[in-house]
Amino acid sequence: MTMTETNAGATFATPTPAYRLGAVTKTYARNGRPVQALAGVDLEIAQGDFVTIQGPTGGGKSTLLQMLGALDTPTAGTVHLGGVDLAKASSSKLGDIRAREIGFVFQAFNLIPTLTAAENVDMGLEPLGLSKAERAERVREALAHVGLAERADHRPAELSGGQQQRVAVARAIAKRPRVLLADEPTGNLDESMRDEILAVLEQLNAEGLTLVVVTHDSAVARRARRRLRLERGTVRDITR
Amino acid sequence: MYWTYLRRELAGRKKQTAVVAVGMAIAIALVIIVNSLSAGVRDAQAQALESVYGVGTDLTVTGAQAAPGEDGGGRGPMFDFDEDAGSTDDDGTTSLSQSRLMTDFMRGTLDASTLDTVTSIDGVAAASGALSLTNSTFDGELPSAPGGGGDGMPEPGQGGAPGGGGFGGGSFDIDSFTVLGIDSADSSVGPLSAAELTDGRALTGTDAAAYVAVLDETYATSSELSVGDVIDVGGAEFEVVGIVASTSAEADTAANVYVPLGVAQELSDAGDVVSTIYVQADSADEISAVQDALEEALPDATVSSQSDLASTVSTSLSSASALIGNLGTWLSIIVLAVAVALAILFTISGISRRTRELGTLKAIGWSNGRVVGQVAGESVVQALIGGIVGVVVGVVGVWVVNLIHPTISAAGSSQAGPGAGGAGGGFPGGGAPGGGFPGTDMAASAGEITLNAPLSLGIVLVAVALAVGAGLVAGAFGGWRAARLSPAEALRSVA
Repeated sequence: MTMTETNAGATFATPTPAYRLGAVTKTYARNGRPVQALAGVDLEIAQGDFVTIQGPTGGGKSTLLQMLGALDTPTAGTVHLGGVDLAKASSSKLGDIRAREIGFVFQAFNLIPTLTAAENVDMGLEPLGLSKAERAERVREALAHVGLAERADHRPAELSGGQQQRVAVARAIAKRPRVLLADEPTGNLDESMRDEILAVLEQLNAEGLTLVVVTHDSAVARRARRRLRLERGTVRDITR
Repeated sequence: MYWTYLRRELAGRKKQTAVVAVGMAIAIALVIIVNSLSAGVRDAQAQALESVYGVGTDLTVTGAQAAPGEDGGGRGPMFDFDEDAGSTDDDGTTSLSQSRLMTDFMRGTLDASTLDTVTSIDGVAAASGALSLTNSTFDGELPSAPGGGGDGMPEPGQGGAPGGGGFGGGSFDIDSFTVLGIDSADSSVGPLSAAELTDGRALTGTDAAAYVAVLDETYATSSELSVGDVIDVGGAEFEVVGIVASTSAEADTAANVYVPLGVAQELSDAGDVVSTIYVQADSADEISAVQDALEEALPDATVSSQSDLASTVSTSLSSASALIGNLGTWLSIIVLAVAVALAILFTISGISRRTRELGTLKAIGWSNGRVVGQVAGESVVQALIGGIVGVVVGVVGVWVVNLIHPTISAAGSSQAGPGAGGAGGGFPGGGAPGGGFPGTDMAASAGEITLNAPLSLGIVLVAVALAVGAGLVAGAFGGWRAARLSPAEALRSVA
């Protein structure tokens, strides 16, 4: 067991957690009324784990992913990634953390349509200040990793949905991040493409990359080592 | 990667890029053409001014305008024939020919001593007086007029001028040309300072009392006169000793015929007077002080500066200048504003359309500055493309203008006074095809000035700077929108 889930009352020691969340609360104002998306979430995610987060729409999944991804800060509580509390970091520090520590994969792939696969992957390396040669090497390596070395010069429109999502994964891993966060990565894909992506993700996890995947797809959740359910702003371990 | 992304983005939305670039191109082309035309009109004004007042004339002093009938006001051309004048045929038709030299109608003169007054004023470097005259020649046949002694033609412009048919078959020509009596010893200041000798010689100090004349080249050509010929001025014969032309090829000189001042005064019976004194100041800084001093010393005279004069040179040139200056400038500003507004609108709508894309860039670690720089860079490059196309179109437009060589009439009118126009049209009728009476020496300079549109590197640089500025403005708006995008907001629109 590598995860601690205190909402359910159980506590486990985790020597090197990737994430440690303490009493995370997030409240939005919607139509002038406060809405509590996260209600005191305590959570640890160990380095190298594969965690899925499920739950009903509006249960707080996306909000939690935003906290983990340094895209937003909590109203209260702490979100530690490595040694840094994201809740207290400046926006430029958060940007730096997103650039170096976190890889993102989105449901709609979010590739730039005018750029080739290789150029899209390169966009993820842009903030790192690497040399041109180093970037080219990392792009080549990342595309090879997801099995698209031959498609480097293709634009998104010339690729299948599964291939586009693999390019998105390559973009996320080219920076060699500490964690990979995925928001419904198979949501726009058919079954065979879903398996294609899951195979890639499982391989990455096997190589030591920490995966946190928000999904509605129970087929994806079944592949995870840890399964969490987020409902009414609270998290619960449903791993069996 | 910056340029790759920028290039692909602009190429990916060709229509939008083209609309903004075309708008910008039109604006920039207009700026270049309007500026060049304005410069061309200014040059044309300067040319017209030089041909009338000479190079280096800073101020002119003229007599106050006189009302008709006032002393010193000059008269309209009047011919007096004695009973014995002309020769009478058997059928009673009298052949008459007479030439008269008159000071300009409704034009005041200055006593010649005024020149000394002007020269003695501090700050005056040089001054030269000239007497502006009109020579009118009556030449034709008159039937025996009922009750008439052949006495007196009605003054022109009074409605009573008889045409050829008015005398039952009479036929006559009234021809006229402008004569300027000038200081033959010194032409460094005054109308001939902007003229060059094309044939023969100029008037010299020894010509002061001689019956010699220098002709304007255009007038000489149209009258088929050349050096060595004899011309009738005020009933006296003058030898043509030289031909002069305006140094600006597009304009004629100030008068048709130049004669020594003393001779002009004598022949016109005007006395020891001049109509205009051309004044050169010691330096440009002193012009205003000299003008004040002249006005104080000569309260009855009119003292005009170059800018006063410029406004009097050619109404059509002034209206062309005003048209280009006002309409052209406003048109440029409006088109530029529309182009900038389009660029801003498209940039902002582009940001809205690219919310997910830009949010993704922020989510994968792009800094705000990097995203803003990308968006602003796209706007600047887009505007720059339009700017470059605009410069090309503008330069071609200027080239076309210079190829077409549009002409503008550059008739001076101020010194002619309100009577000039009337005098010009005062002799209708089939028997008087002489072209009317040109009002003054100014009108004599009426010429078609070819409009050139000079193109300077400065205008092109300003145009390019405007395009870049417009792009920066649009980019600033877009960048501001992009900077406000939160990566979380951007991702939320995906869900």
